Amino acid sequence: MDIGGINPAILIASLMVASVPIMLAAIGELVVEKAGVLNLGVEGMMIIGAICGFVLAVYSGSAVMGFVGGALGGAVLSLVFGLLTQFMLTNQVATGLALTLFGQGLSSMIGQGYNGIKPPATTALPLGPLAEIPVLGTILFRHDWMVYTSILIIAAVWAVLKYTRTGLILRAVGESHDAAHALGYKVVRIRIFAILFGGAMAGLGGAYVSLVRVPQWTDGITAGAGWIALAIVVFASWRPWRVLIGAYLFGGITVLQLNLQAAGAAIPVEYLSMSPYLITILVLVIMSSGRGKAALNAPAALGQNFHASR
Amino acid sequence: MQRRTILKGGAALGFATMMGGKLAMAQVLEKVKAGFIYVGPIGDGGWTFQHHQGALAVQEQFGDKVEIVWQENVPEGADAERALTQMALSGCNIIFTTSFGYMDPTNAVAAKFPDVKFEHATGYKRDSANVSTYNARFYEGRAVQGHIAGKMTKSNKIGYIGSFPIPEVIMGINSYYLHAKKVNPAVELSVVWAFTWFDPAKEADAAKALIDQGVDVIASHTDSTAPLAEAAKTGGKVIGFGQASDMSEYKPSPRVSSIIDNWAPYYIKRVGALLDGTYAQVDVWEGIAGGEVLIGEITDAVPADVKAEAEAMRDAIGAGTYHPFTGPINKQDGSVWLADGAVAPDGDLLGMNFYVEGIVGDIPS
Repeated sequence: MDIGGINPAILIASLMVASVPIMLAAIGELVVEKAGVLNLGVEGMMIIGAICGFVLAVYSGSAVMGFVGGALGGAVLSLVFGLLTQFMLTNQVATGLALTLFGQGLSSMIGQGYNGIKPPATTALPLGPLAEIPVLGTILFRHDWMVYTSILIIAAVWAVLKYTRTGLILRAVGESHDAAHALGYKVVRIRIFAILFGGAMAGLGGAYVSLVRVPQWTDGITAGAGWIALAIVVFASWRPWRVLIGAYLFGGITVLQLNLQAAGAAIPVEYLSMSPYLITILVLVIMSSGRGKAALNAPAALGQNFHASR
Repeated sequence: MQRRTILKGGAALGFATMMGGKLAMAQVLEKVKAGFIYVGPIGDGGWTFQHHQGALAVQEQFGDKVEIVWQENVPEGADAERALTQMALSGCNIIFTTSFGYMDPTNAVAAKFPDVKFEHATGYKRDSANVSTYNARFYEGRAVQGHIAGKMTKSNKIGYIGSFPIPEVIMGINSYYLHAKKVNPAVELSVVWAFTWFDPAKEADAAKALIDQGVDVIASHTDSTAPLAEAAKTGGKVIGFGQASDMSEYKPSPRVSSIIDNWAPYYIKRVGALLDGTYAQVDVWEGIAGGEVLIGEITDAVPADVKAEAEAMRDAIGAGTYHPFTGPINKQDGSVWLADGAVAPDGDLLGMNFYVEGIVGDIPS
């Protein structure tokens, strides 16, 4: 069953775990961008989520509380971004970048004294006999509950955006905030909620890093995962299920190249490591060639501030 | 805090230039401002943490006569040059650049600031008179780890997480493998290159990939404690070593021993030399003997006889009676590197770009 010394079932299982943080952060950012807001502070919100989740998990002794704390931490930080961009109309790109710097510094400060502590374990979901199914059991039914939760969140976001009135309003705000405003929708309020959701998801992703992936706190623990999440949103052309594919691709290639090395396969890993980024560029080029922005599917009002007086 | 110091330094820019000529003539400095450039965050619990301990020791030793400034997370490459220039302009008398990738930026900036002393860790270029290099013989510690690995592995598969394929890391891999092989001829080594010094998630993934391949002893040459955290998840089946710092929070297992980089004596000596006017360009490479490389406590997870052997090896290396690279040793391609009884010259080690015989796989270029 091994291919090139690697057991594919184990490989797929590890890539599913490795992709959770970027998947959560990306789906949150997708909702934010669908509402027409570009928040580049994903990395900062993730790392705040990582430390808040860690601290809360250590104090409460419960991993569930940790994830709640991570989501709250990320959401609170995103509120800073929301207040600045939605009420004070600051530039979204600059504010987002500042949010990342702020988040990294703040997390380092909160994290003083938390080095070397082990958080409570996040348990695997007991699926009983399902976990014993050969191959499929290894791939699908032996994960911790956050892996399943993250996939459920993708499904929920997809359903809400596609089938509900809420989703329609959110998209309307992102496509043309003036039109949405004229229809009587509270553009700023809706965007704040979207930003909060994005922050919570990024925080959840960060908490997954510090509680499950690397169960410990270290400064700078997310190490750029937030930027990958931003790339995934573009790669996915703002479609929820493609976020799942993108996250598996980005996370999977990292895991794959490490496994190939461990198995002693003679493959130049540098090329493999850069391939997700090349694919992202390729997707951008293909999608933006010819049919313009509509084909790219980017929300039309992305990155533009809204003020009712205009 | 660092940023503020740097800004203040910016204001002192004119002053520093004015004083430049004078500083060069003055052999004895009243007060030294020492700068430290770090590749990761201080809280990494490993490499950078240990350098910062050295910096704090300097402060402790000299008190008011020394001001230390530092910058964390400085990327290797072009941006390092900016950070270095900023530090030099802010009035630092001596700047320690603590990662291999700062080699060219350090030399480039040093050429522009002849009055500032530059100290580059783990490099070999000293293009101008104001650049010194210092390094530690980590491979001595790797020999001890290799011995433990060879004795402890049950699957006969041992692993090594490499950062970048540079001589520093390659000599660690070779030393680790040679000494594992010596006590366990059946041992196989898997090397995984992470291509990063610090990325906990990736380091954990690398450890996981090795564990998935059946590896049960993991040595790492990256900066965080993540590989140990990953090993800890296996509930004692997989062991590893503290790298750069003691990482004692993972005692007694998976961390069964460690290599501790002890930079404090060197930093104190160099800053002290600036203060008393005895400073000169050097190329220092100390090991266990000089106290720069310490072997962290070998825990009870290791059987007593293995522990005794490992400690005996440590002491022999420290006493200078044993060199980890003593022939006969062949290169990977089977050609002779060291004849029987020959000891590796330092030059060979510092430029090492080959695996020794028995290691499978290629070094990425």
